[in-house]
Amino acid sequence: MLTDVDAVVLSNSILSPAYNVLSLAAPQIASRALPGQFVMVKPDCGNDPLLRRPFSIFEVLRDDNHQISGISLLNKQVGVTTSTLFGLTAGDNVRCLGPLGRPFSMAKRSEKAWMVAGGVGLAPFYTLAVALQSQQIDSTLFYGGQSSRDLFYVEAFRQLRVNLELTTDDGSLGHHGQVTGPLERSLHELKPTTSLRIYACGPTPMMRAVTKLASAHGHDVEVSLEQIMGCGLGGCYSCVVPIRHEGGSVNFVRSCLDGPIFNGRDVVWDGLEQ
Amino acid sequence: MSVDLSVNIGSLKLANPLIAASGCFGYGVEYAEAVDLSTLGAIAVKGLFLEERAGHPPARIVETPGGMLNAIGLQGIGVRRFVAEKLPPLREQAAVVIVNICGSTIEEYAEIARILDDSDGIGAIELNISCPNIKKGGMLFGCSLKGTHEVVSAVRNVTRLPIIPKLTPNVNDVASFAVAASEAGADAISLVNTFLAMAVDVETRRPKLSNVVGGLSGPAIRPIAVRMVHECYQAVNLPIIGMGGIMTPDDALEFVIVGASAVQIGTANFVDPFIWNKLLQGLTEYLERHQLEAVSGLVGSLDLTVRETTWTNS
Ligand SMILES: Cc1cc2nc3c(=O)[nH]c(=O)nc-3n(C[C@H](O)[C@H](O)[C@H](O)COP(=O)(O)O)c2cc1C
Repeated sequence: MLTDVDAVVLSNSILSPAYNVLSLAAPQIASRALPGQFVMVKPDCGNDPLLRRPFSIFEVLRDDNHQISGISLLNKQVGVTTSTLFGLTAGDNVRCLGPLGRPFSMAKRSEKAWMVAGGVGLAPFYTLAVALQSQQIDSTLFYGGQSSRDLFYVEAFRQLRVNLELTTDDGSLGHHGQVTGPLERSLHELKPTTSLRIYACGPTPMMRAVTKLASAHGHDVEVSLEQIMGCGLGGCYSCVVPIRHEGGSVNFVRSCLDGPIFNGRDVVWDGLEQ
Repeated sequence: MSVDLSVNIGSLKLANPLIAASGCFGYGVEYAEAVDLSTLGAIAVKGLFLEERAGHPPARIVETPGGMLNAIGLQGIGVRRFVAEKLPPLREQAAVVIVNICGSTIEEYAEIARILDDSDGIGAIELNISCPNIKKGGMLFGCSLKGTHEVVSAVRNVTRLPIIPKLTPNVNDVASFAVAASEAGADAISLVNTFLAMAVDVETRRPKLSNVVGGLSGPAIRPIAVRMVHECYQAVNLPIIGMGGIMTPDDALEFVIVGASAVQIGTANFVDPFIWNKLLQGLTEYLERHQLEAVSGLVGSLDLTVRETTWTNS
């Protein structure tokens, strides 16, 4: 069931001058959340901005008694809402509606799972990594950022026994260059008999490149698209993505209901804003 | 004290005056999980053409102070698929359905109305002659008195369903359009649709919407919308459905007091899909506090008497 929680901020941990992780008391949402789902969020800001913002559910939080207590959001300051969310402190309130959207499909035991993240695109992968670990699925995170200061939670993923392939644009950590570099190498090295599930989230050009690379090796990619959303519930038709259907016809599909997870092969990338 | 929230829009009886605004509530079925659809006064479903429509490419919305611009471009499944796929679940949920229709030609409006007239479970037809972001049809009719009259008469000729032309605010004298609609046989009018508007990204110097222009909605437009409902109420003797930026019970009451028999809520539903109960509760509390038995008694109760101002110099 869908719930709208006036969630109390439990903590706000500042990761860098641009990034923070906001923990929210929302057990009703957390207990039903599946990897890849999102919430529609609005801090106490009156009518400016008016609308909520979609956020991936970053972590499902547990209290000292191990009971599910809330969710966290990985936030990057870019606009008014994200700057407000950056500045909140414990005790503040955030309206939080969810969980929403179609989740990632789970990899099978016989498969390897690869997650490809760029920047704030890391957000949907922590809950996915937890789910993969609980199924003992061999998983790898390809994670790229501008510099070492932009890569977060690396230890947390390592503790979930996720293999890590880190890249930075400036070479300050991991491979020098883009995340598609190690991805391509790994695709080449993969035994043809291995079955693989690939997930990607990050800047649109990155997801497009990952999709292209993976299809060249015969693999699908589940991409998590970040569209401008008005309502998150299918009411406004603003978050549409051009999707090619079997038979070749293309139409605009609502990302909030039929996504945010899509098969990258079906997305008409030229029709997305870059 | 129990208060009576029911209202009549011509022959259409609503349990309460709150209607989901067209284009802001999908086809209604999307919200069935969040809201008991039978508790709304009615649902105005997303604007329908005769055929399916792709709509505009993204970006389709952008936020502006106290509001938003949209240029969805009336993406839709067409009236026949609506009747086949969406109407049955809406009937099952006991929703009162107002079908918002749009045409590129007068004949298209009439053809859609004919199809709806043959279908079960429709409360009324809302004529969208006011969509500001499509090239053909829509606002073209709503910006001309002759066009307004022609569309309404053409639909009147083919259906007995209540018809509610939805007026555009993008005209000089909205009341004259209310009169034209009334003379052509409308059962009620609704207003306002969105205000034609535009926003620019100064870094790239590109328009923020793919369609360049779009329609402004939300709290930013409310005072203009209230003024327009007020003008229409004084000009015609038809039930009026008022809308534009309603976020709170007081906002809704403003429209009722200047003459709206019912109100529609659009943009606010994006912010809070559970707004309906809060508004109903607020209306009820207001009526109780003012010892009014029925919301219908409040319609057009605006006090325009001139008050003597007296003072004493002490
Ligand atoms: C995203 C969006 C889509 C809309 N689509 C339609 C539509 O299909 N038909 C229509 O008559 N009005 C449409 N409207 C206008 C609304 O029904 C309403 O008249 C307007 O938004 C003012 O009310 P509000 O401020 O409460 O949103 C749309 C508005 C928005 C924001």
